[in-house]
Amino acid sequence: MEAGVEGTLLKAEVRDLDFFYGAFHALKRVSMPIYDHKVTALIGPSGCGKSTLLRCFNRMHDLYPGNRYAGGGIVLHPDDTNLLAPGVDPIEVRMRISMVFQKPNPFPKSIYENVAYSLRVRGMTNKSELDDRVESALKGAALWGEVSNRLKELGANLSGGQQQRLCIARALASDPEIILFDEPTSALDPIATASIEELITELKEKVTILIVTHNMQQAARISDFTGYMYLGEMVEFGVTDQVFIKPQKKATEDYITGRFG
Amino acid sequence: MTASASHPSQPLPLGSGISDRLSKKASRHVKERIIEGLLFSAAAFSVFVTIAIVYVLVKESWVFFETVPLSDFLFDTQWTPLFDDAHYGIMVLLSGTLTSSAVALLVAIPLGTIIAIYLSEFAGFKVREIAKPFLELLGGVPTIVYGYFALTFLTPILQTIYPDLPGFNLLSAGLVMGIMIIPYVASLSEDAMRAVPMSLREGSYAMGATRLQTALWVVTPAATSGIASAYILGISRAVGETMILAVAAGMQPNLTFNPTEPGATITSYIVQVALGDLPHGSIGYQTIFAAGLTLLLMTLFFNLLGYWLRKRFREVY
Ligand SMILES: Nc1ncnc2c1ncn2[C@@H]1O[C@H](COP(=O)(O)OP(=O)(O)OP(=O)(O)O)[C@@H](O)[C@H]1O
Ligand SMILES: [Mg+2]
Repeated sequence: MEAGVEGTLLKAEVRDLDFFYGAFHALKRVSMPIYDHKVTALIGPSGCGKSTLLRCFNRMHDLYPGNRYAGGGIVLHPDDTNLLAPGVDPIEVRMRISMVFQKPNPFPKSIYENVAYSLRVRGMTNKSELDDRVESALKGAALWGEVSNRLKELGANLSGGQQQRLCIARALASDPEIILFDEPTSALDPIATASIEELITELKEKVTILIVTHNMQQAARISDFTGYMYLGEMVEFGVTDQVFIKPQKKATEDYITGRFG
Repeated sequence: MTASASHPSQPLPLGSGISDRLSKKASRHVKERIIEGLLFSAAAFSVFVTIAIVYVLVKESWVFFETVPLSDFLFDTQWTPLFDDAHYGIMVLLSGTLTSSAVALLVAIPLGTIIAIYLSEFAGFKVREIAKPFLELLGGVPTIVYGYFALTFLTPILQTIYPDLPGFNLLSAGLVMGIMIIPYVASLSEDAMRAVPMSLREGSYAMGATRLQTALWVVTPAATSGIASAYILGISRAVGETMILAVAAGMQPNLTFNPTEPGATITSYIVQVALGDLPHGSIGYQTIFAAGLTLLLMTLFFNLLGYWLRKRFREVY
C-alpha cells in the first residue's frame, strides 16, 4: 500500500473518473483518495453525484442499461487494480466492497438468514460456521443483544434502527474490506442515528468506510476525511477538521455554513 | 363574542338567499345520480347473477339428493347414472378431474414459474416486449383448438412412445391443458415479481449475489403471495377446463388416477349430459346439478385458499 497523509495507508483511489447516465454527465473527472481504516464522508447538495460516486465502488451501476463509466477509474489497493476495468468481475468487487442503503432493506427472511445471506451467496453451508459468523456479525453491528433469542423472526419485524443495524450486520458478515454507506441514518430517529454513528466509528477498526451524508454535524462527528461535491465535481477534499474549520474553497465554506445557493 | 374588526358584534344573518353561482345545479345533481345508479346496478347485477347461479344449483341438487343419498354420492365407486343399475359415485368423475389437473399443473407451474423468473429477472426490455404478447396469445387460443391439438397431434406422438396409449387419454389432455395454463401462471407470477422493489434486488446484488441467486433467494420469496395467487388461478382453470377434456380424454367415467387411461371429468360429464337428450327433470338429468355444485365448491375452496395465502404471505417490503 502507498503511504497517504498522516502516515495512513491508501485503500483506494478515484482517479479522473467520468460517469454517464445515458447522455447525462453525472461525474466529471472526480479524483479522491480513500484511506485504510478511516471514515471518509461525501457531502454536497442534493443531486451533486454523491450516490453516483459511491455506487461506482461496488459497480452497482452495472445493473442498469445505459450507465457508462467513461474514463478514469477507481484503483483498489493492495491489488493495484482498476475496479472499473472491463475485465473485472463486479461480483468479485461486491464480495470485497459491501454496501448499506439509505432505507433499511432487509430481505423477506429471518434475521438469521438475512445475515447469513452474504455467506450463503459465497457457498458457505456449514451450519456451525454460519452460526459463528452470523453471531459475530450481529455483535459487530451491536444488535446481538437485542435479537439473540429471536433469530428466526422476520427481519422486517424489527424497528427501523434495528433493521438498519441488521443491514450493517449483513454487510459485515462476509468480512468486506470497504463498506459503503449511502445516507444510512436519513430514515431514522435521532436515537437510532446516534447508535449507528457510534457503530460506524467502531467499525473502522475492521473496515474502511465511505459514507454519504446530508448531515454536516454527522460528517464532522464521524469522518476522518471529507469530500465536498458540487454538480458532479469534487470541489474540495481533505482532513475533516480542515474542511470544516478552514475550507480552502469559498464554495465549500458557503455550503458548510449554510450560506449555500 | 368580543367586538373586533374581524368579529362583528352582531352575528351576521346567514345570507339573504343563495346566489346563482353557488346554488346546486339540478342538471349536475341528476347526472351524478344517474351515473351512481348505473354503477350500482352493474355491481348489483353481478352479485345477483352469482346468487342466482348458486340458488339454481342448490335447489336442483336438493332434488337430486332427495333420491340419491349423500353417502352414495360421496363413496360409491361407480358413476353410471344412465344405466338401469344406476350408481352415482362422484369420486369417479373427481378422479378424472384431479388426474388431468395434476398433469396440467405439473406442466404449467414449473414452466410458468421459470418463464416468469426469466421474463422478470433476466430478459432484456426487447425480449420481454416480444415474448409477452406471444405468451398472451397462447392464453387466448380457444380451448376447443387445444382439444383437437391434443387429440390429433399430441396423442399420436405419445403413442409412438407408449404404443399402448389409448386414443382418448387424460395424459394428452392434461399436458395440453398445462400449456394452456402456462400464460396465466407466468403472467401473474411475473407481475408479482416485478412488483418487488428494486431496493431488495440491490441489497442482494450488493452482497455479491448473482442474478440467479437474487431471483431465487430474494425476489421469489418476496413475491410469494402473488405467485401463490397465480398458482391458485392455474388450479381453478385446470379444474374448470371442459373442452380439452371432452375432446381428447374420452368421456367414459373411469375411477382411475392413471393418466394414460381415458376418463371423464366433472366438466366433461356435464357437457355430455347437457348436450344429450335426457328428459329434463329425470334423475339422470339432475346429476349435472350435483356435479356442478361439487365443482363450484371446489372452486370456492381454491378461492378461499388463495385469499388465505395472500393474507398469510402479504408482502412486507
Ligand atoms: N438513474 C439515473 N438516470 C439518470 N440520471 C440520474 C440517475 N440517477 C441519478 N441521476 C442524476 O445524476 C445526478 C446525481 O445524482 P445522485 O443520486 O448521485 O445525487 P446525490 O448527490 O446522491 O443526491 P441526493 O443527496 O439527493 O441523494 C442527479 O442530477 C440525478 O438527477
Ligand atoms: Mg444520494
